[in-house]
Amino acid sequence: MNRFKDSEHLLRVTGVFLAGIVLFLCLRAWFVPKSFGQYGHYRADSITEIAALPIRHAGHEVCESCHADVLEVKHTGKHANVNCEACHGPLAKHAEDPSIKPVLPDTAVLCARCHEANSAKPKWFPQVVTAEHSQGLPCNTCHQPHKPGLKDTDAKPADSKTADSKTAEAKK
Amino acid sequence: MHFIPAANFTYPNEIELNWSILVVLYPFITGLVAGAFILASLERVFNVEAVKPTYRLALLTALSFMIVAPLPLQLHLGHPERSFEMYLTPHTSSAMAMFGFVYLWYLMVVLVLEIWLDFRHDIVLLSRSTTGLKRVIYRLMTLGSQNISPGALRFDDRAGYTITIIGIPSAFLLHGYVGFIFGSVKANPWWSSPLMPVVFIFSAMVSGIAAVMLLYMGTTKLRGEKINQDCADTIAKYLFYAFIVDFSLEMLDLIHRIYEADESFRSLDFMVHNSLWIPHVIIQLLMGTLTPILLLAATQLMKLPPVTRQRMYALAGSLTLIGIFAMRWNVVIGGQLFSKSLLGYTTYTVPLWTREGLLPAIALTLMPFGILFVLVKLLPPWPGSGPSAKLGGLHAETSGGRL
Repeated sequence: MNRFKDSEHLLRVTGVFLAGIVLFLCLRAWFVPKSFGQYGHYRADSITEIAALPIRHAGHEVCESCHADVLEVKHTGKHANVNCEACHGPLAKHAEDPSIKPVLPDTAVLCARCHEANSAKPKWFPQVVTAEHSQGLPCNTCHQPHKPGLKDTDAKPADSKTADSKTAEAKK
Repeated sequence: MHFIPAANFTYPNEIELNWSILVVLYPFITGLVAGAFILASLERVFNVEAVKPTYRLALLTALSFMIVAPLPLQLHLGHPERSFEMYLTPHTSSAMAMFGFVYLWYLMVVLVLEIWLDFRHDIVLLSRSTTGLKRVIYRLMTLGSQNISPGALRFDDRAGYTITIIGIPSAFLLHGYVGFIFGSVKANPWWSSPLMPVVFIFSAMVSGIAAVMLLYMGTTKLRGEKINQDCADTIAKYLFYAFIVDFSLEMLDLIHRIYEADESFRSLDFMVHNSLWIPHVIIQLLMGTLTPILLLAATQLMKLPPVTRQRMYALAGSLTLIGIFAMRWNVVIGGQLFSKSLLGYTTYTVPLWTREGLLPAIALTLMPFGILFVLVKLLPPWPGSGPSAKLGGLHAETSGGRL
Protein backbone atom coordinates (compact mmCIF):
# COMPACT_ATOMS: atom_id res chain seq x y z
CA MET A 1 0.00 0.00 0.00
CA ASN A 2 3.02 2.23 0.67
CA ARG A 3 3.76 2.12 -3.06
CA PHE A 4 0.46 3.86 -3.70
CA LYS A 5 0.83 6.32 -0.81
CA ASP A 6 0.90 9.37 -3.06
CA SER A 7 -1.48 8.05 -5.72
CA GLU A 8 -4.07 6.52 -3.44
CA HIS A 9 -6.52 9.37 -4.16
CA LEU A 10 -6.38 8.49 -7.86
CA LEU A 11 -7.37 4.93 -6.96
CA ARG A 12 -10.35 6.43 -5.17
CA VAL A 13 -11.45 8.41 -8.21
CA THR A 14 -10.88 5.31 -10.37
CA GLY A 15 -13.13 3.47 -7.93
CA VAL A 16 -15.84 6.12 -8.39
CA PHE A 17 -15.57 5.80 -12.17
CA LEU A 18 -15.69 2.00 -11.97
CA ALA A 19 -18.72 2.21 -9.68
CA GLY A 20 -20.35 4.45 -12.32
CA ILE A 21 -19.58 1.92 -15.05
CA VAL A 22 -20.95 -0.96 -12.95
CA LEU A 23 -24.09 1.06 -12.19
CA PHE A 24 -24.49 1.79 -15.90
CA LEU A 25 -24.11 -1.90 -16.78
CA CYS A 26 -26.70 -2.83 -14.15
CA LEU A 27 -29.09 -0.19 -15.50
CA ARG A 28 -28.43 -1.45 -19.01
CA ALA A 29 -29.24 -5.03 -18.02
CA TRP A 30 -32.40 -3.77 -16.32
CA PHE A 31 -33.66 -1.42 -19.03
CA VAL A 32 -32.74 -3.10 -22.31
CA PRO A 33 -35.48 -5.57 -23.22
CA LYS A 34 -34.40 -9.18 -23.54
CA SER A 35 -35.55 -9.45 -27.15
CA PHE A 36 -33.59 -6.37 -28.26
CA GLY A 37 -31.25 -7.17 -31.14
CA GLN A 38 -32.80 -10.57 -31.89
CA TYR A 39 -33.55 -9.60 -35.49
CA GLY A 40 -32.04 -6.13 -35.75
CA HIS A 41 -31.57 -2.91 -33.85
CA TYR A 42 -35.02 -3.06 -32.26
CA ARG A 43 -37.10 -5.03 -29.79
CA ALA A 44 -38.17 -8.29 -31.46
CA ASP A 45 -41.21 -8.64 -29.18
CA SER A 46 -42.62 -5.42 -30.66
CA ILE A 47 -43.51 -7.35 -33.84
CA THR A 48 -45.89 -9.70 -32.05
CA GLU A 49 -47.21 -6.87 -29.87
CA ILE A 50 -48.00 -4.73 -32.89
CA ALA A 51 -49.53 -7.70 -34.72
CA ALA A 52 -51.81 -8.27 -31.73
CA LEU A 53 -53.20 -4.72 -31.80
CA PRO A 54 -56.89 -4.52 -32.79
CA ILE A 55 -57.55 -3.59 -36.41
CA ARG A 56 -58.90 -0.04 -36.51
CA HIS A 57 -59.57 0.45 -40.20
CA ALA A 58 -62.48 -1.28 -41.94
CA GLY A 59 -61.33 -0.67 -45.51
CA HIS A 60 -63.25 1.17 -48.21
CA GLU A 61 -64.91 -1.99 -49.56
CA VAL A 62 -66.73 -2.44 -46.23
CA CYS A 63 -67.85 1.22 -46.23
CA GLU A 64 -69.08 0.93 -49.80
CA SER A 65 -71.15 -2.16 -49.07
CA CYS A 66 -73.53 -0.01 -46.98
CA HIS A 67 -72.97 3.51 -48.37
CA ALA A 68 -73.50 2.74 -52.06
CA ASP A 69 -75.20 6.14 -52.55
CA VAL A 70 -72.04 7.96 -51.44
CA LEU A 71 -69.90 5.70 -53.61
CA GLU A 72 -72.00 6.63 -56.64
CA VAL A 73 -71.42 10.35 -56.04
CA LYS A 74 -67.77 9.88 -55.14
CA HIS A 75 -66.90 7.87 -58.24
CA THR A 76 -67.91 10.70 -60.54
CA GLY A 77 -65.71 13.26 -58.75
CA LYS A 78 -62.07 14.06 -58.19
CA HIS A 79 -62.03 12.26 -54.86
CA ALA A 80 -62.84 8.90 -56.48
CA ASN A 81 -59.50 7.45 -55.42
CA VAL A 82 -59.48 8.92 -51.92
CA ASN A 83 -60.33 6.18 -49.42
CA CYS A 84 -63.23 6.84 -47.04
CA GLU A 85 -61.14 6.50 -43.89
CA ALA A 86 -58.53 8.93 -45.19
CA CYS A 87 -61.02 11.68 -44.26
CA HIS A 88 -63.41 9.98 -41.84
CA GLY A 89 -60.72 8.27 -39.77
CA PRO A 90 -60.55 4.59 -38.72
CA LEU A 91 -64.05 3.12 -38.63
CA ALA A 92 -63.70 -0.59 -37.89
CA LYS A 93 -65.89 -0.21 -34.79
CA HIS A 94 -68.62 1.53 -36.79
CA ALA A 95 -68.44 -1.22 -39.44
CA GLU A 96 -68.88 -3.88 -36.77
CA ASP A 97 -71.66 -2.05 -34.99
CA PRO A 98 -73.40 0.59 -37.14
CA SER A 99 -75.11 2.00 -34.05
CA ILE A 100 -71.71 3.50 -33.12
CA LYS A 101 -71.94 6.74 -35.05
CA PRO A 102 -68.68 8.28 -36.19
CA VAL A 103 -68.09 11.98 -35.61
CA LEU A 104 -68.14 13.89 -38.88
CA PRO A 105 -64.88 15.66 -39.58
CA ASP A 106 -64.61 19.44 -39.39
CA THR A 107 -64.06 20.31 -43.04
CA ALA A 108 -62.49 23.67 -42.19
CA VAL A 109 -59.57 21.72 -40.73
CA LEU A 110 -59.71 18.51 -42.75
CA CYS A 111 -59.68 19.91 -46.30
CA ALA A 112 -56.82 22.29 -45.51
CA ARG A 113 -54.59 19.30 -44.78
CA CYS A 114 -54.40 18.64 -48.52
CA HIS A 115 -55.61 21.85 -50.11
CA GLU A 116 -53.81 24.56 -48.12
CA ALA A 117 -51.61 26.49 -50.56
CA ASN A 118 -47.99 25.46 -50.31
CA SER A 119 -45.15 26.17 -52.68
CA ALA A 120 -43.96 22.57 -52.48
CA LYS A 121 -47.21 21.30 -54.06
CA PRO A 122 -47.49 20.85 -57.81
CA LYS A 123 -49.13 23.79 -59.57
CA TRP A 124 -51.96 21.65 -60.99
CA PHE A 125 -53.08 20.54 -57.53
CA PRO A 126 -56.10 22.55 -56.29
CA GLN A 127 -54.94 24.68 -53.38
CA VAL A 128 -56.09 27.84 -51.67
CA VAL A 129 -55.02 30.10 -48.84
CA THR A 130 -57.87 29.08 -46.54
CA ALA A 131 -57.67 32.19 -44.37
CA GLU A 132 -58.45 34.30 -47.43
CA HIS A 133 -60.56 31.80 -49.33
CA SER A 134 -63.10 30.65 -46.75
CA GLN A 135 -62.49 33.00 -43.83
CA GLY A 136 -62.99 30.20 -41.31
CA LEU A 137 -66.18 28.79 -42.85
CA PRO A 138 -66.32 24.99 -43.13
CA CYS A 139 -65.48 23.98 -46.71
CA ASN A 140 -68.67 21.96 -47.05
CA THR A 141 -70.65 25.19 -46.78
CA CYS A 142 -69.99 25.57 -50.51
CA HIS A 143 -68.26 22.35 -51.63
CA GLN A 144 -69.41 18.76 -51.65
CA PRO A 145 -66.62 16.78 -50.04
CA HIS A 146 -67.54 13.53 -51.84
CA LYS A 147 -67.59 15.24 -55.21
CA PRO A 148 -65.63 18.48 -54.90
CA GLY A 149 -67.18 21.33 -56.71
CA LEU A 150 -69.52 24.09 -55.70
CA LYS A 151 -72.86 23.27 -54.18
CA ASP A 152 -75.86 25.07 -55.53
CA THR A 153 -75.83 27.67 -52.78
CA ASP A 154 -75.69 31.41 -52.27
CA ALA A 155 -73.15 31.17 -49.48
CA LYS A 156 -70.11 31.79 -51.58
CA PRO A 157 -67.07 33.58 -50.24
CA ALA A 158 -66.14 36.77 -52.04
CA ASP A 159 -62.83 35.54 -53.42
CA SER A 160 -63.77 31.97 -54.25
CA LYS A 161 -64.05 32.81 -57.93
CA THR A 162 -60.55 34.19 -57.90
CA ALA A 163 -59.22 31.10 -56.15
CA ASP A 164 -60.99 28.76 -58.54
CA SER A 165 -59.82 30.68 -61.55
CA LYS A 166 -56.28 30.55 -60.13
CA THR A 167 -56.60 26.78 -59.93
CA ALA A 168 -57.91 26.66 -63.48
CA GLU A 169 -55.00 28.82 -64.63
CA ALA A 170 -52.56 26.54 -62.86
CA LYS A 171 -54.08 23.54 -64.66
CA LYS A 172 -53.25 25.14 -67.99
CA MET B 1 -42.42 30.71 -42.87
CA HIS B 2 -42.23 32.81 -46.02
CA PHE B 3 -41.30 31.82 -49.51
CA ILE B 4 -39.58 33.57 -52.34
CA PRO B 5 -42.44 33.57 -54.86
CA ALA B 6 -40.29 33.56 -57.97
CA ALA B 7 -38.46 30.41 -57.03
CA ASN B 8 -40.61 27.81 -55.39
CA PHE B 9 -39.31 24.48 -56.54
CA THR B 10 -39.08 23.19 -53.02
CA TYR B 11 -39.84 19.66 -51.94
CA PRO B 12 -42.48 19.07 -49.25
CA ASN B 13 -39.93 18.08 -46.61
CA GLU B 14 -38.07 21.34 -47.17
CA ILE B 15 -40.97 23.64 -46.41
CA GLU B 16 -40.19 23.81 -42.71
CA LEU B 17 -36.66 24.08 -41.41
CA ASN B 18 -36.22 21.14 -39.08
CA TRP B 19 -32.99 22.36 -37.53
CA SER B 20 -33.68 25.56 -35.64
CA ILE B 21 -31.65 28.17 -33.75
CA LEU B 22 -31.09 25.58 -31.00
CA VAL B 23 -29.14 23.43 -33.44
CA VAL B 24 -27.10 26.55 -34.24
CA LEU B 25 -26.37 26.95 -30.56
CA TYR B 26 -25.12 23.39 -30.16
CA PRO B 27 -21.96 23.65 -32.32
CA PHE B 28 -21.38 27.17 -30.99
CA ILE B 29 -21.32 26.00 -27.37
CA THR B 30 -19.34 22.84 -28.16
CA GLY B 31 -16.80 24.99 -29.97
CA LEU B 32 -16.36 27.20 -26.92
CA VAL B 33 -15.63 24.08 -24.83
CA ALA B 34 -12.99 22.77 -27.22
CA GLY B 35 -11.42 26.21 -27.71
CA ALA B 36 -11.29 26.99 -23.98
CA PHE B 37 -9.63 23.64 -23.28
CA ILE B 38 -7.06 24.12 -26.04
CA LEU B 39 -6.17 27.50 -24.53
CA ALA B 40 -5.73 25.83 -21.14
CA SER B 41 -3.50 23.18 -22.70
CA LEU B 42 -1.21 25.92 -24.07
CA GLU B 43 -0.02 26.63 -20.58
CA ARG B 44 -0.02 23.06 -19.35
CA VAL B 45 1.57 21.21 -22.23
CA PHE B 46 3.32 23.89 -24.24
CA ASN B 47 4.50 25.82 -21.18
CA VAL B 48 3.21 29.21 -22.31
CA GLU B 49 3.67 30.80 -18.88
CA ALA B 50 2.07 34.10 -19.92
CA VAL B 51 -1.42 32.60 -20.17
CA LYS B 52 -1.15 30.95 -16.73
CA PRO B 53 -3.65 33.38 -15.12
CA THR B 54 -6.35 32.01 -17.42
CA TYR B 55 -5.53 28.31 -17.02
CA ARG B 56 -8.00 27.43 -14.30
CA LEU B 57 -10.62 29.86 -15.59
CA ALA B 58 -10.38 28.24 -19.04
CA LEU B 59 -10.93 24.78 -17.52
CA LEU B 60 -13.96 25.90 -15.51
CA THR B 61 -15.33 27.75 -18.57
CA ALA B 62 -14.94 24.59 -20.65
CA LEU B 63 -16.77 22.56 -17.99
CA SER B 64 -19.61 25.12 -17.66
CA PHE B 65 -20.24 25.15 -21.39
CA MET B 66 -19.78 21.39 -21.66
CA ILE B 67 -22.59 20.77 -19.15
CA VAL B 68 -24.94 22.94 -21.24
CA ALA B 69 -23.74 21.66 -24.67
CA PRO B 70 -26.28 18.82 -25.07
CA LEU B 71 -29.24 20.83 -23.74
CA PRO B 72 -30.05 22.66 -27.01
CA LEU B 73 -30.30 19.28 -28.72
CA GLN B 74 -32.44 17.87 -25.91
CA LEU B 75 -34.80 20.83 -26.19
CA HIS B 76 -34.84 20.62 -29.96
CA LEU B 77 -35.67 16.90 -30.05
CA GLY B 78 -38.01 16.79 -27.06
CA HIS B 79 -38.17 13.67 -24.88
CA PRO B 80 -34.84 14.23 -23.15
CA GLU B 81 -35.26 10.94 -21.29
CA ARG B 82 -34.72 9.11 -24.56
CA SER B 83 -31.15 10.39 -24.89
CA PHE B 84 -30.17 7.86 -22.21
CA GLU B 85 -31.26 5.11 -24.61
CA MET B 86 -28.51 6.26 -26.94
CA TYR B 87 -26.06 4.99 -24.33
CA LEU B 88 -28.04 1.84 -23.56
CA THR B 89 -28.44 0.62 -27.12
CA PRO B 90 -26.01 2.63 -29.26
CA HIS B 91 -26.20 2.19 -33.00
CA THR B 92 -22.69 2.09 -34.39
CA SER B 93 -23.76 3.53 -37.74
CA SER B 94 -25.16 6.69 -36.08
CA ALA B 95 -22.69 9.56 -35.82
CA MET B 96 -24.80 11.18 -33.10
CA ALA B 97 -24.93 7.99 -31.01
CA MET B 98 -21.16 7.70 -31.14
CA PHE B 99 -20.88 11.40 -30.33
CA GLY B 100 -22.65 10.66 -27.05
CA PHE B 101 -19.64 8.59 -26.01
CA VAL B 102 -17.17 11.20 -27.22
CA TYR B 103 -19.08 13.74 -25.12
CA LEU B 104 -19.06 11.52 -22.02
CA TRP B 105 -15.36 10.74 -22.40
CA TYR B 106 -14.48 14.40 -22.75
CA LEU B 107 -16.71 15.50 -19.88
CA MET B 108 -15.72 12.88 -17.32
CA VAL B 109 -12.24 11.66 -18.19
CA VAL B 110 -10.80 14.91 -19.49
CA LEU B 111 -12.54 17.89 -17.91
CA VAL B 112 -13.84 16.64 -14.57
CA LEU B 113 -10.74 14.59 -13.81
CA GLU B 114 -8.31 17.33 -14.80
CA ILE B 115 -10.18 19.97 -12.81
CA TRP B 116 -10.35 17.66 -9.81
CA LEU B 117 -6.63 16.95 -9.90
CA ASP B 118 -5.77 20.59 -10.44
CA PHE B 119 -7.98 21.88 -7.63
CA ARG B 120 -7.49 18.95 -5.24
CA HIS B 121 -5.01 20.83 -3.10
CA ASP B 122 -7.47 23.70 -2.65
CA ILE B 123 -10.39 21.31 -2.15
CA VAL B 124 -8.60 19.53 0.70
CA LEU B 125 -7.63 22.81 2.38
CA LEU B 126 -11.15 24.19 1.97
CA SER B 127 -12.64 21.00 3.41
CA ARG B 128 -10.63 21.78 6.55
CA SER B 129 -11.27 25.51 6.80
CA THR B 130 -14.96 25.82 5.83
CA THR B 131 -18.02 24.96 7.87
CA GLY B 132 -21.59 23.78 7.30
CA LEU B 133 -22.85 22.77 3.89
CA LYS B 134 -19.72 24.02 2.14
CA ARG B 135 -17.59 21.73 4.27
CA VAL B 136 -19.81 18.76 3.37
CA ILE B 137 -19.49 19.60 -0.33
CA TYR B 138 -15.71 19.96 -0.15
CA ARG B 139 -15.36 16.76 1.90
CA LEU B 140 -17.37 14.88 -0.71
CA MET B 141 -15.14 16.33 -3.39
CA THR B 142 -12.01 15.07 -1.64
CA LEU B 143 -13.37 11.52 -1.98
CA GLY B 144 -12.08 10.93 1.53
CA SER B 145 -8.43 11.59 0.70
CA GLN B 146 -6.69 14.35 2.65
CA ASN B 147 -3.27 13.59 1.24
CA ILE B 148 -1.66 16.81 0.04
CA SER B 149 1.91 15.83 0.69
CA PRO B 150 4.48 17.19 -1.80
CA GLY B 151 4.70 13.69 -3.29
CA ALA B 152 0.92 13.51 -3.78
CA LEU B 153 0.82 16.99 -5.33
CA ARG B 154 3.66 16.07 -7.66
CA PHE B 155 1.66 13.00 -8.65
CA ASP B 156 -1.41 15.19 -9.32
CA ASP B 157 0.71 17.40 -11.51
CA ARG B 158 2.02 14.50 -13.58
CA ALA B 159 -1.42 12.90 -13.86
CA GLY B 160 -2.95 16.27 -14.87
CA TYR B 161 -0.26 16.70 -17.52
CA THR B 162 -1.02 13.23 -18.94
CA ILE B 163 -4.75 13.98 -19.00
CA THR B 164 -4.10 17.26 -20.83
CA ILE B 165 -2.03 15.36 -23.40
CA ILE B 166 -5.00 13.01 -23.89
CA GLY B 167 -7.36 16.00 -23.72
CA ILE B 168 -5.92 17.83 -26.74
CA PRO B 169 -6.79 15.15 -29.31
CA SER B 170 -10.06 14.64 -27.39
CA ALA B 171 -10.90 18.33 -27.83
CA PHE B 172 -10.09 18.05 -31.54
CA LEU B 173 -12.20 14.91 -31.72
CA LEU B 174 -15.09 16.58 -29.89
CA HIS B 175 -15.40 19.48 -32.24
CA GLY B 176 -14.11 17.69 -35.31
CA TYR B 177 -17.03 15.33 -34.74
CA VAL B 178 -19.50 18.23 -34.78
CA GLY B 179 -18.06 19.34 -38.13
CA PHE B 180 -18.10 15.74 -39.31
CA ILE B 181 -21.83 15.45 -38.61
CA PHE B 182 -22.46 18.32 -41.06
CA GLY B 183 -19.64 17.56 -43.49
CA SER B 184 -20.80 13.97 -43.99
CA VAL B 185 -24.29 14.91 -45.20
CA LYS B 186 -23.50 14.20 -48.84
CA ALA B 187 -26.99 15.20 -49.99
CA ASN B 188 -26.38 18.79 -48.91
CA PRO B 189 -23.83 20.62 -51.05
CA TRP B 190 -23.60 23.50 -48.55
CA TRP B 191 -22.34 21.11 -45.86
CA SER B 192 -20.75 18.22 -47.66
CA SER B 193 -17.06 19.01 -47.51
CA PRO B 194 -14.13 17.12 -45.98
CA LEU B 195 -12.84 20.50 -44.83
CA MET B 196 -15.84 20.95 -42.55
CA PRO B 197 -14.39 19.15 -39.47
CA VAL B 198 -11.11 21.08 -39.82
CA VAL B 199 -12.88 24.42 -40.24
CA PHE B 200 -15.00 23.60 -37.18
CA ILE B 201 -11.93 22.77 -35.08
CA PHE B 202 -10.17 26.02 -35.90
CA SER B 203 -13.31 28.11 -35.52
CA ALA B 204 -13.78 26.38 -32.15
CA MET B 205 -10.29 27.39 -31.11
CA VAL B 206 -10.97 30.95 -32.21
CA SER B 207 -14.27 31.21 -30.32
CA GLY B 208 -12.95 29.47 -27.19
CA ILE B 209 -9.84 31.63 -26.97
CA ALA B 210 -11.92 34.79 -27.54
CA ALA B 211 -14.45 33.75 -24.89
CA VAL B 212 -11.79 33.03 -22.24
CA MET B 213 -9.97 36.26 -23.10
CA LEU B 214 -13.17 38.25 -22.61
CA LEU B 215 -14.03 36.36 -19.44
CA TYR B 216 -10.56 36.89 -18.02
CA MET B 217 -10.57 40.62 -18.75
CA GLY B 218 -14.18 41.03 -17.60
CA THR B 219 -13.83 39.11 -14.34
CA THR B 220 -10.52 40.79 -13.51
CA LYS B 221 -12.15 44.21 -13.96
CA LEU B 222 -15.16 43.11 -11.92
CA ARG B 223 -12.90 42.00 -9.09
CA GLY B 224 -11.23 45.40 -9.19
CA GLU B 225 -7.85 43.98 -10.11
CA LYS B 226 -5.35 44.84 -12.78
CA ILE B 227 -5.38 42.89 -16.02
CA ASN B 228 -2.10 41.07 -16.60
CA GLN B 229 -1.07 42.80 -19.83
CA ASP B 230 1.39 40.10 -20.81
CA CYS B 231 -1.35 37.51 -20.42
CA ALA B 232 -3.88 39.52 -22.47
CA ASP B 233 -1.28 40.21 -25.18
CA THR B 234 -0.33 36.53 -25.42
CA ILE B 235 -3.93 35.32 -25.62
CA ALA B 236 -4.65 37.95 -28.27
CA LYS B 237 -1.58 36.78 -30.20
CA TYR B 238 -2.81 33.18 -30.17
CA LEU B 239 -6.30 34.33 -31.09
CA PHE B 240 -4.81 36.18 -34.05
CA TYR B 241 -2.83 33.12 -35.21
CA ALA B 242 -5.79 30.77 -34.83
CA PHE B 243 -8.01 33.26 -36.66
CA ILE B 244 -5.59 33.52 -39.59
CA VAL B 245 -5.59 29.72 -39.99
CA ASP B 246 -9.38 29.57 -39.58
CA PHE B 247 -9.94 32.35 -42.11
CA SER B 248 -7.50 30.76 -44.59
CA LEU B 249 -9.31 27.42 -44.33
CA GLU B 250 -12.70 29.06 -44.86
CA MET B 251 -11.38 30.97 -47.85
CA LEU B 252 -9.81 27.78 -49.20
CA ASP B 253 -13.21 26.12 -48.97
CA LEU B 254 -14.84 29.12 -50.68
CA ILE B 255 -12.26 29.32 -53.49
CA HIS B 256 -12.53 25.59 -54.02
CA ARG B 257 -16.31 25.84 -54.35
CA ILE B 258 -16.06 28.78 -56.76
CA TYR B 259 -13.40 27.09 -58.89
CA GLU B 260 -15.10 23.72 -58.88
CA ALA B 261 -18.47 25.38 -59.63
CA ASP B 262 -20.42 22.13 -59.53
CA GLU B 263 -24.13 21.87 -60.24
CA SER B 264 -25.05 23.34 -56.85
CA PHE B 265 -22.89 26.44 -57.21
CA ARG B 266 -25.42 28.75 -58.88
CA SER B 267 -28.02 27.90 -56.27
CA LEU B 268 -25.63 28.49 -53.36
CA ASP B 269 -24.29 31.64 -54.99
CA PHE B 270 -27.82 33.01 -55.34
CA MET B 271 -28.46 32.21 -51.67
CA VAL B 272 -25.28 33.96 -50.51
CA HIS B 273 -26.21 37.04 -52.52
CA ASN B 274 -29.78 37.11 -51.20
CA SER B 275 -30.99 35.46 -48.01
CA LEU B 276 -27.50 34.91 -46.58
CA TRP B 277 -26.03 38.26 -47.66
CA ILE B 278 -26.36 39.90 -44.24
CA PRO B 279 -25.57 36.92 -41.96
CA HIS B 280 -22.80 35.52 -44.17
CA VAL B 281 -21.09 38.38 -45.94
CA ILE B 282 -21.80 41.31 -43.62
CA ILE B 283 -21.91 39.70 -40.15
CA GLN B 284 -19.70 36.63 -40.50
CA LEU B 285 -17.06 37.76 -42.98
CA LEU B 286 -16.82 41.54 -42.67
CA MET B 287 -17.90 42.18 -39.09
CA GLY B 288 -17.01 38.90 -37.40
CA THR B 289 -13.83 37.90 -39.23
CA LEU B 290 -12.06 40.67 -41.13
CA THR B 291 -12.66 43.40 -38.53
CA PRO B 292 -11.33 41.39 -35.55
CA ILE B 293 -8.39 40.14 -37.65
CA LEU B 294 -7.53 43.73 -38.57
CA LEU B 295 -7.94 44.87 -34.96
CA LEU B 296 -5.72 42.05 -33.71
CA ALA B 297 -3.19 42.69 -36.49
CA ALA B 298 -3.06 46.34 -35.47
CA THR B 299 -2.27 45.36 -31.88
CA GLN B 300 0.51 43.11 -33.14
CA LEU B 301 2.04 45.66 -35.47
CA MET B 302 1.53 48.97 -33.65
CA LYS B 303 2.83 50.13 -30.29
CA LEU B 304 -0.33 51.03 -28.44
CA PRO B 305 -0.92 51.92 -24.80
CA PRO B 306 -2.15 48.98 -22.65
CA VAL B 307 -5.65 50.43 -22.13
CA THR B 308 -6.12 50.89 -25.88
CA ARG B 309 -4.90 47.37 -26.51
CA GLN B 310 -7.30 45.95 -23.93
CA ARG B 311 -10.21 47.83 -25.48
CA MET B 312 -9.24 46.57 -28.90
CA TYR B 313 -9.00 43.02 -27.57
CA ALA B 314 -12.44 43.36 -25.97
CA LEU B 315 -13.93 44.66 -29.22
CA ALA B 316 -12.14 42.05 -31.33
CA GLY B 317 -13.17 39.27 -28.93
CA SER B 318 -16.82 40.31 -28.93
CA LEU B 319 -16.91 40.61 -32.73
CA THR B 320 -15.20 37.22 -32.99
CA LEU B 321 -17.91 35.55 -30.93
CA ILE B 322 -20.61 37.23 -33.05
CA GLY B 323 -18.77 36.12 -36.20
CA ILE B 324 -18.38 32.52 -35.06
CA PHE B 325 -22.03 32.38 -34.02
CA ALA B 326 -22.91 33.75 -37.48
CA MET B 327 -20.71 31.03 -39.01
CA ARG B 328 -22.68 28.34 -37.13
CA TRP B 329 -25.93 30.05 -38.17
CA ASN B 330 -24.90 30.15 -41.81
CA VAL B 331 -23.90 26.51 -41.79
CA VAL B 332 -26.97 25.17 -39.98
CA ILE B 333 -29.69 27.52 -41.24
CA GLY B 334 -28.03 28.27 -44.59
CA GLY B 335 -27.88 24.57 -45.37
CA GLN B 336 -31.65 24.37 -45.11
CA LEU B 337 -32.61 27.54 -46.99
CA PHE B 338 -32.22 26.10 -50.47
CA SER B 339 -34.05 23.19 -52.02
CA LYS B 340 -32.32 19.99 -53.11
CA SER B 341 -33.94 20.79 -56.47
CA LEU B 342 -31.39 23.68 -56.50
CA LEU B 343 -34.21 25.86 -57.82
CA GLY B 344 -36.18 26.84 -54.74
CA TYR B 345 -35.53 28.74 -51.52
CA THR B 346 -37.20 29.25 -48.19
CA THR B 347 -36.56 31.71 -45.38
CA TYR B 348 -36.35 31.22 -41.63
CA THR B 349 -37.74 33.53 -39.00
CA VAL B 350 -36.77 32.81 -35.40
CA PRO B 351 -39.88 32.46 -33.26
CA LEU B 352 -39.77 34.23 -29.92
CA TRP B 353 -41.60 32.25 -27.26
CA THR B 354 -41.81 28.73 -28.67
CA ARG B 355 -39.78 25.76 -27.42
CA GLU B 356 -37.23 26.39 -30.14
CA GLY B 357 -37.54 30.14 -30.05
CA LEU B 358 -35.22 33.03 -29.34
CA LEU B 359 -35.88 33.21 -25.59
CA PRO B 360 -35.00 29.55 -24.86
CA ALA B 361 -31.88 30.08 -27.00
CA ILE B 362 -30.90 33.15 -24.97
CA ALA B 363 -31.58 31.27 -21.72
CA LEU B 364 -29.37 28.39 -22.84
CA THR B 365 -26.62 30.83 -23.83
CA LEU B 366 -26.71 32.44 -20.41
CA MET B 367 -26.90 29.16 -18.50
CA PRO B 368 -23.15 28.36 -18.73
CA PHE B 369 -22.39 31.73 -17.15
CA GLY B 370 -24.64 30.81 -14.22
CA ILE B 371 -22.85 27.47 -13.86
CA LEU B 372 -19.48 29.23 -14.13
CA PHE B 373 -20.53 31.66 -11.40
CA VAL B 374 -21.25 28.75 -9.04
CA LEU B 375 -18.03 26.96 -10.03
CA VAL B 376 -15.78 29.98 -9.42
CA LYS B 377 -17.43 30.49 -6.03
CA LEU B 378 -16.73 26.87 -5.19
CA LEU B 379 -13.29 26.61 -6.81
CA PRO B 380 -11.71 30.09 -7.09
CA PRO B 381 -9.63 30.05 -10.26
CA TRP B 382 -8.03 33.47 -9.82
CA PRO B 383 -4.26 33.57 -9.55
CA GLY B 384 -3.19 33.60 -5.91
CA SER B 385 -6.76 33.37 -4.60
CA GLY B 386 -6.92 29.72 -3.57
CA PRO B 387 -6.11 28.68 -0.01
CA SER B 388 -3.02 26.84 -1.27
CA ALA B 389 -1.64 30.12 -2.62
CA LYS B 390 -2.11 31.82 0.74
CA LEU B 391 0.00 29.24 2.53
CA GLY B 392 3.16 30.53 0.87
CA GLY B 393 6.38 28.61 0.25
CA LEU B 394 5.83 25.34 -1.52
CA HIS B 395 2.08 25.88 -1.70
CA ALA B 396 2.42 29.31 -3.24
CA GLU B 397 4.05 27.67 -6.21
CA THR B 398 1.10 25.39 -6.58
CA SER B 399 -1.48 28.17 -6.58
CA GLY B 400 -2.10 27.33 -10.18
CA GLY B 401 -2.19 23.68 -9.28
CA ARG B 402 1.40 23.24 -10.35
CA LEU B 403 4.66 22.12 -8.80
